[in-house]
Amino acid sequence: MELLANLQLGFGVALAGTNILYCFVGVLLGTLIGVLPGIGPVATIAMLLPATFVLPPVSALIMLAGIYYGASYGGSTTAILVNLPGEVSSVVTCLDGYQMARNGHAGKALAIAAIGSFFAGTVATLLVAAFAPPLAELALKFGPADYFSLMVLGLIAAVVLAHGSLIKAVAMIVLGLLVGLIGTDVNSGVARYSFGLPELIDGVGIGPIAMGIFGFGEIIRNLEHGQKRDVFVKKVTGLMPTWQDLRISALPIVRGTTLGSALGILPGGGPILGSFSAYTLEKKLSKDPSRFGKGAIEGVAAPESANNAAAQTSFIPLLTLGIPSNPVMALMIGAMIIHGIQPGPQIMTAKPDLFWGMIASMWVGNLLLVVLNLPMIGMWVKLLTLEYRFLYPAILIFCCIGVYSINNTWMDVILAAGFGFIGYLFGKLDCEAAPLLLGFVLGPMMEENLRRALLLSRGDPAVFVTRPISATLLVLAVLLLIIVAAPAVRKKREETFVEEE
Amino acid sequence: MAASMALPARAAYPEKPVRMIIAFAPGGESDIGARQQQIVFRRLFGQEMVIESKAGAGGALAWSTLNTYPGDGYTVMGTNLPHIVLQPLEGNVQYKTEDITNVHFYQYTPDAIIVRAESPLKTYADLVKASKEGQDRVTFAGSGTNSANHVAHTRLNRLMGTKTTYVPFKGTGDLVSSVLGGHVTAAMSYNTLALTQKGKMRMLAVASEKRLAAFPDVPTFKELGGDWVDGAYRGVGVPKSTPEDLRKRISDIFSEINRDPEFRQKMADGGFELIDVTYDKMPAFMAERTKAYLEIARMMGLAK
Repeated sequence: MELLANLQLGFGVALAGTNILYCFVGVLLGTLIGVLPGIGPVATIAMLLPATFVLPPVSALIMLAGIYYGASYGGSTTAILVNLPGEVSSVVTCLDGYQMARNGHAGKALAIAAIGSFFAGTVATLLVAAFAPPLAELALKFGPADYFSLMVLGLIAAVVLAHGSLIKAVAMIVLGLLVGLIGTDVNSGVARYSFGLPELIDGVGIGPIAMGIFGFGEIIRNLEHGQKRDVFVKKVTGLMPTWQDLRISALPIVRGTTLGSALGILPGGGPILGSFSAYTLEKKLSKDPSRFGKGAIEGVAAPESANNAAAQTSFIPLLTLGIPSNPVMALMIGAMIIHGIQPGPQIMTAKPDLFWGMIASMWVGNLLLVVLNLPMIGMWVKLLTLEYRFLYPAILIFCCIGVYSINNTWMDVILAAGFGFIGYLFGKLDCEAAPLLLGFVLGPMMEENLRRALLLSRGDPAVFVTRPISATLLVLAVLLLIIVAAPAVRKKREETFVEEE
Repeated sequence: MAASMALPARAAYPEKPVRMIIAFAPGGESDIGARQQQIVFRRLFGQEMVIESKAGAGGALAWSTLNTYPGDGYTVMGTNLPHIVLQPLEGNVQYKTEDITNVHFYQYTPDAIIVRAESPLKTYADLVKASKEGQDRVTFAGSGTNSANHVAHTRLNRLMGTKTTYVPFKGTGDLVSSVLGGHVTAAMSYNTLALTQKGKMRMLAVASEKRLAAFPDVPTFKELGGDWVDGAYRGVGVPKSTPEDLRKRISDIFSEINRDPEFRQKMADGGFELIDVTYDKMPAFMAERTKAYLEIARMMGLAK
């Protein structure tokens, strides 16, 4: 019953008048920056940090955390409405969410994303409250070899993401891996493919690529046949999901939450891995996988639940171990230090009000997000009826501001423009961009962990099969590979996966 | 005449917000330090110090642009040692060490060897023994290649007379979990890591002048027979065109911030060791540091 006492303490802190206000401010700001493409939580939190100096530490951290998960929430809105992933973790949401919007079901897609996220947030908050310390210990068992094998599994799963030809999916993943090679090699310090440009020494950011290929590329495609767009605005039907929609989405939401919660605990790429593995799983389990990529509601429900669950559980390594699992968490550590709180393992015992208050505030924040977002769906859908010549220039401008604000460099804006053109070409060639993005994200992590594992094992590759976690993941990867590549199955795959159009 | 024109302007500095460019990502130690200074700066001098982060290429992206800003004292930039000495040696960057006009170094975080609490290595002597027996099986996690941690590891190998392995990491998150999970023997990092991970990690030795107040039981390398006082030094640089009296004035301002009791307490809590290398002491300090880094860089094959 210690858990109940702790939660009581937490809710006492989170529901205190000023804290709930700051929580609201945080999630509201988060939703706004999430909706504005490109302007991410890192830039926002960094800008607002000085403003929190005057607040009590608990209120400040509750607000900053609210910005973070509010942004991941708002990110799905633009993904669904205009095919722009507000964050990397909402890339997968674009696949079916945007198609739903095109079919006139934007409201449904937004609502199911909100409901799924709320369910996932609730479960993940309980998980954090009940099992944070043992889960964090579990995550530590993952060594470099195990991470490598996890990435291998992830890349093979990425093949299933695409709903076109297998060759094209593989080609896009490899292209993503190649783009990921740009930048400094961690082990030797050599700059690869940077062409002497200092801006490329750290490689290409995910922001310019995602904005360019998905956002700019889609805009060019739409401009090509401007008249047709009226179709997808006029037949907007039912804003809210029907009973039938909820029934279809229930299990995907549960499965997405489970996957997301598990992967969020691992440092690095949790929400991304979570959202697309949830999508892959649903597509595999579906009786009719051909619906995916054409506006399947499960294809929105599962990944949205997964990325929200992962966003919550990624607080576990931060709160229990002082490990930042992504740049936002690193910034949260900085915020704690500035507020005179030493982050790390001792925080739970030294500052129980802060620890439990933050956990409880996550649930409160999620509730606020649903309350805030459900009534706004009508307004977002109206946005689609805006005239093309107003909507798209506005999106382009926000994208440019957002891309620039990531690193304060114009180079990223140029890159985004370049990738926009490439994204347009991909559309012409019927190549899915999601596998490319996953190859780009997972590839560098895979290389880093491969080389680190070999460095630690003094060059002995046996380490990948002798470590139980790594071996299990590799076996899973091989099984998945057999399913995808076995000739008999492949024939079936082509029957079901290739689009008829 | 030059003096009469310059003086009234200088006495009033700062008359408007000062832009402080930090070459690292928000939330990092350079950023945290600057944000603490920001508070005191506003209180003591009545102007804002606006922090702008321009992270990239381990700081080089910002440093290579330092001299493109006007030398009016209203744009200053955080500078770091040994980074600004090592990066030009490595040759990937578009600035030279001499291009950076440092006016003040105000703090450093000393190099430290850190193991996880469960590690069988209790003392530095245990580590030396294990390193001599295990040689390259003993591994040290550090941040980056040809970086401050890498230099420190080379120095450690020289001190112990061993050939242990350095394992570079990109971010702190991975590094901390590798150490906590026991995937590497130890971390070659700074005292700040041991402070955040107090209870879960143990510091075996630290490269400070004297023992640290927060770790009275941890010996310094000096005590252990090494001539090793080093770490990541943080300071402030200005564009080359900044006039002498303004450089001195900025140095004085940061000295004054360093003397503020509340600031001193906050920095101590965060594990930052305050120093005061003022503008007049800069040439001697830079010469001494550069010599020490070059010596190690030669061992690493970075410099001739």
